[in-house]
Amino acid sequence: MCDQTFLAITFGPCDNCSQNKPLMNIYLKNEPINYCSLCVELMACQGLAKGETIHTLKTESETLKAKLEEERAKLHDVELHQVAEKIEALGQFVMKTRRTLKGHGNKVLCMDWCRDKRRIVSSSQDGKVIVWDAYTTNKEHAVTMPCTWVMACAYAPSGCAVACGGLDNKCSVYPLSLDKNENLAAKKKSVAMHTNYLSSCSFTNSDMQILTSSGDGTCALWDVESGQLLQSFHGHSADVLSLNLAPSETGNTFVSGGCDKKANVWDMRSGQNVQSFETHESDINCVKYYPSGDAFATGSDDATCRLYDLRADREVAIYSKESIIFGASSVDFSLSGRLLFAGYNDYTINVWDVLKGTRVAILFGHENRVSTVRVSPDGTAFCSGSWDSTLRIWA
Amino acid sequence: MARDMSDKDILKMELEQLQKEVKNTREPVSKTAKEICEWVEAQSAEDPLIKGVPEDKNPFKEKGGCIIT
Repeated sequence: MCDQTFLAITFGPCDNCSQNKPLMNIYLKNEPINYCSLCVELMACQGLAKGETIHTLKTESETLKAKLEEERAKLHDVELHQVAEKIEALGQFVMKTRRTLKGHGNKVLCMDWCRDKRRIVSSSQDGKVIVWDAYTTNKEHAVTMPCTWVMACAYAPSGCAVACGGLDNKCSVYPLSLDKNENLAAKKKSVAMHTNYLSSCSFTNSDMQILTSSGDGTCALWDVESGQLLQSFHGHSADVLSLNLAPSETGNTFVSGGCDKKANVWDMRSGQNVQSFETHESDINCVKYYPSGDAFATGSDDATCRLYDLRADREVAIYSKESIIFGASSVDFSLSGRLLFAGYNDYTINVWDVLKGTRVAILFGHENRVSTVRVSPDGTAFCSGSWDSTLRIWA
Repeated sequence: MARDMSDKDILKMELEQLQKEVKNTREPVSKTAKEICEWVEAQSAEDPLIKGVPEDKNPFKEKGGCIIT
């Protein structure tokens, strides 16, 4: 039963201060108490104990954050670009659109390469998921999802299936068959269930497990065959927009970024958040591990991309220019990690020298926001998808 | 999940996380940055987007030719 307070006025000695005053008959936890109005007010202030607790939590949080920054700053003895001064500068960059993949009826939201370096899966706002052959620009498969805004798609490591999801709050896996006439939608398997939209998905090293991130603020690891939840990751305080698995040699971790401006590194087996970085000034749209696994880059609505070093536990580089005012929606590294390709909402793709922190090229071509950028598995080209409903392959 | 949590719970979660993180071991940037640079230099030689690929070898360069797979 909840506490109820009733007010009735009588006159007499107050239970608390013993003065003769007009009393208020109050019931506290079903016990009648007679307090004068002054004591009632004092008691009401105690209700602020909850507010005070939030306040004390906040101050403790701020103190810890300051201490963390202090510890990190102690090791910040040099800047990445200073260490990189001795490295030879990169030559002129000539990258052009080599293929344009047309076929989506609406904004392309996500794409992924197959490990055979040739096939691409892409998904769009109109619910279509298409598998392309990037060499010939032919469409190999097409599936229509029952929802719009398919924000996530991923190719299975074996190349035999694709996973996708979006506003349906689920991640579904479609096995790809060689028979083009076969109806792919019939074989669909629903794997993940979230309570809000699916923002990103990725297979782990095998076709058997999928990692997903969602607008409900969590990430989760699922078994594809049974649809069972293997591990869930809580720690973000807002929508999680992107995730990326560490390159296989470095172990079982992944990084996620979200609307709470935080990028978190997680241990997949324990579900623990091992490191957290909060230096961006707005939503983090995309996170990508550095090829060596010791660092990761992020692209954010604050128009900057940043590099975070995991062993130094801090941000070590910011890629920004005053002329760039639109958010970065997607980032990816070249094979060696020397170049960072970032797609922006101003329709361009900027190519950054990761070590020196300078921009080496701007690529124009898309006629609307660039929503996704991925380098091919062998590093010979990269593909960009855009709200202008096309995908472009650059080399 | 995050949307269902009260502000107080979110703060508590953040606080516990921070307490854990303060204990993490860290290395100086001079050491890690140097290692990143060395790694990149070692790999750059093999990076097709940096060293370039001859026209005849790159499957994306010319369209319309015969591709033998």
